[in-house]
Amino acid sequence: MNPEIQGKRYPRTAPYVVGREKVREFAKAVFAAKESQDLSHAKSLGHSDLVVPPTFPVVIQEQSLALVLSDPQAQIDFSRVVHGEQKFVYQRPIVAGDELTSELTVASVKSLGGNHMATFETEIFDTKDSLVCTAISTLVVRGE
Amino acid sequence: MPNFQELSVGQVVAEQSFEVSRDSLVRYAGASGDFNPIHYREDFAQSVGLPGVIAHGMLTMGLSIQPVVSWIGDAAKILDYGVRFTKPVPVSGSGSTTLKVVATIGALDEESQRARVDLTTSYEETTVLGKAQAWVQL
Repeated sequence: MNPEIQGKRYPRTAPYVVGREKVREFAKAVFAAKESQDLSHAKSLGHSDLVVPPTFPVVIQEQSLALVLSDPQAQIDFSRVVHGEQKFVYQRPIVAGDELTSELTVASVKSLGGNHMATFETEIFDTKDSLVCTAISTLVVRGE
Repeated sequence: MPNFQELSVGQVVAEQSFEVSRDSLVRYAGASGDFNPIHYREDFAQSVGLPGVIAHGMLTMGLSIQPVVSWIGDAAKILDYGVRFTKPVPVSGSGSTTLKVVATIGALDEESQRARVDLTTSYEETTVLGKAQAWVQL
């Protein structure tokens, strides 16, 4: 990969609408308790709709990462990519019905004995342009 | 909802085992949109140097926080959650891999009433996540 993309900011993605059934599908896939897929339970906790599982923003992060992986300047060979680290930092919970966009910055690119380690910070915003969550992903790109 | 005052560092607050099969991987691929063939095709996984099909790291991360969500009673209370992927989780074509998650209190912040929960996720004797930590609001 090209270490010169450090600091590069990629364009804002198209709005992603968090669908209630998508939240249920994702919750089921990560073995979430049935309770977390129950609308009346979510409302009893004061939420307007289902709260997404903590790792759900990966779906939105993916849209921003796709921009990097398809960027000819980045020169990332996807078949050599290994997921090294992942983090989500919430400013507020994400609930079904939210309309979100994301903007990715290449926070750092480090070289480690032929491999590259790149950290991407994806900021996720709602329609009021308030920061909702930051998804931080470190990918290891193995050398040739 | 657990009581902050009754928590102590080192206390195990949740423990749960998950049976991860190829079905689980296909389900997660569909739900997340991650269709990397290393998570469902043996020949492809081997061609990139893996012993065989492995689970999505994000599936392991996603299920590892679930015992904490159940303990706290509301996913909205998870403020921050991060992991390092240190070991792959092999999933054979028949049967399943049992992932065991143990959640322990790692730190307590009295002022904000927040707790750091440290997670240990393993199969057999192999720990697969490093520095798996979540901050929760009590």
